[in-house]
Amino acid sequence: MLQRFRENKSMQGTFLALPTTLWLFVLLIIPLFLTLVVSFGQRSPDGDVIFSFGLHNYIRLFGYSTDCPGGQTSCFDPLYVNILWRSLTLAFNTTVCVILLAYPLAYFIARAHPKRRNIFLFMVLIPLWTNFVIRVYAWMMLLRKEGAINIVLGWFANLLGLDFTPLEMLYTPGAVLVGMVYEFLPFMILPIYTSLEKIDNSLYEAAADLGANAFKTLLRVTLPLSMPGVVAGTILVFIPVMGTFIVSDILGGRQVILVGNLIQRQFLDARDPTFGSAASLILMVMTLIVTYFYTRKFGFGEEIVAA
Amino acid sequence: MTSEFAVEMRDVVKRFVTPEGHEIAAVDHVTMQIKNGEFFSMLGSSGCGKTTSLRMIAGFEWPSEGEVFIEGRPMGHTPPFQRKVNTVFQSYALFQHMTVYQNVAFGLEMEGADKSEIDKRVKRALEMVQLTGMERRRPRQLSGGQQQRVAVARALVKTPDVLLLDEPLGALDLKLRKEMQLELKALQQQLGITFIYVTHDQEEALTMSDRIAVMSKGRVQQLATPVEIYERPVNKFVADFIGESNFFEGRIKSISKDEAVAHIPALNTELKGLPMSRDFVKGEDVAISVRPEKIRIVENKTKGDGLFMAKVLTSVYIGSDTHVYLDLEGIRLKIMEQNRISRLDPSSFYSKDQVVTLMFMPENTLILKKD
Repeated sequence: MLQRFRENKSMQGTFLALPTTLWLFVLLIIPLFLTLVVSFGQRSPDGDVIFSFGLHNYIRLFGYSTDCPGGQTSCFDPLYVNILWRSLTLAFNTTVCVILLAYPLAYFIARAHPKRRNIFLFMVLIPLWTNFVIRVYAWMMLLRKEGAINIVLGWFANLLGLDFTPLEMLYTPGAVLVGMVYEFLPFMILPIYTSLEKIDNSLYEAAADLGANAFKTLLRVTLPLSMPGVVAGTILVFIPVMGTFIVSDILGGRQVILVGNLIQRQFLDARDPTFGSAASLILMVMTLIVTYFYTRKFGFGEEIVAA
Repeated sequence: MTSEFAVEMRDVVKRFVTPEGHEIAAVDHVTMQIKNGEFFSMLGSSGCGKTTSLRMIAGFEWPSEGEVFIEGRPMGHTPPFQRKVNTVFQSYALFQHMTVYQNVAFGLEMEGADKSEIDKRVKRALEMVQLTGMERRRPRQLSGGQQQRVAVARALVKTPDVLLLDEPLGALDLKLRKEMQLELKALQQQLGITFIYVTHDQEEALTMSDRIAVMSKGRVQQLATPVEIYERPVNKFVADFIGESNFFEGRIKSISKDEAVAHIPALNTELKGLPMSRDFVKGEDVAISVRPEKIRIVENKTKGDGLFMAKVLTSVYIGSDTHVYLDLEGIRLKIMEQNRISRLDPSSFYSKDQVVTLMFMPENTLILKKD
């Protein structure tokens, strides 16, 4: 038996893949299937699930409403469509901002003296040692009306003899964007750094030798060769931003509701798991569609690096 | 061509600080003049300063002291893209995200040449290195030799005054390397532009170069034609580095313009030879060098002027030559004899412990500075 196992490579492979396969099956495939089943069901008056088959949750999500002004029986209510659209644009904006901030920093680290690189990378990672929620709360302390930013601005205004009314920064879409960018920045810096660090110095020299100035070298050599890192970072940032609800919950309050908040509230406050499940699945499908088209255009980010 | 010299290095020093904080001179007061249209090599082992010198000509490094001139103009801190020189890198440094065509066209696009002009020149450059038909391939789909050719075409398409080559054949196997050596040499002669070639392979340098600068410890040890470097090395380092040599330690006994006599304590005798330096003084310690192919084994069984008895240690037959290792009064010598006559009889070869007579000719005996 043992002898046969030693000689049989495919048996060994099966054996090695077994724990992960079981894990994924029990904790991903089955729950996903249950979510699908529940999303077709109906909420009972006391918050239980009545299993049935209907698309009413999805129809509601895309704007069908029976609670209409003027006594109509049905009308279009853009509430949930707006939430979906807001999540999508916020994820897009966050990703763009994160790329713009992360790229120069990653470039700086990759071109730094090898001894100092590790220190810089360490500094990028330090914030991750603090709990996610606590870091978001820290932003609350900065952004609120009596927060650090307003205090400093007020102090400067006072110094210049100007009138100052504290800025309303907390509970705005801007606050959520800032929080998201801050939270996910390291996940963009690291992959971009990795792909930049792989670019041999002689390629920069070759570009200079052939007549390219710094800007043209960046555009024609550095950027294309580091695209795999940007792509990998985008996947790492875009997908979680689509789903999180903590940042918008704390920094957005009731003003900025994202899909994540919607789902959370359906399960906890509204006690309608059927509608929550439908929203979860729609979120997943949306993310998959965007990622699919994105990776079809740019690849998964390994092609050039693998060479 | 405004100047007689394509490139001139005038008293150039380049200092680096090592990670431990020591300052070292990678290039230490180097002066050399490279003529227009010349195939010039910098030869030396790693760390001798040859690559740093090349990089200063290319503009990737700036001298700490001294000046680099290209076509008579001092370069100062001129960046690489404003110098009429182009480099073929050791690792080729091809752009993996571009096709062969795009790689070669890159330098012309940077000049702002128009599309039809670029197309014409890229096609011609690829033809020159025999890569026509490979335009749409990616570098990693090519063999090492083909990548090498792309790197050469990419540099040459810019029509530089000087082409700099940094160990360009180092990654190729021996047979391909020899082919490429001849090809590069032919290309240089056909184009008539100056090539500056950095290598650690002495045979490569001797094969291709018009002149060679032998470098060690940041300094030029000798700058001369291949024949001069092999036949008239200026010091022990060069005699040892280029080809093989048998060395004796000795002391100058008498000296004239074109002949010196040195006493060799180990042999308790004197040897007549050619002085390789003008400023020898009587009593100076010197190195005496004789090339293995320039010692003759003669029939004469007696000792005499320039004749020595030695014992055979081993004899190695390598086809074209026989290498004979001998013991001469405790000094190990190597002699190469050409196998000019076809023979099989074992007794016609030297055997262990056989005593033979060696003849040293004064014109083959070089009296050298001990560095």
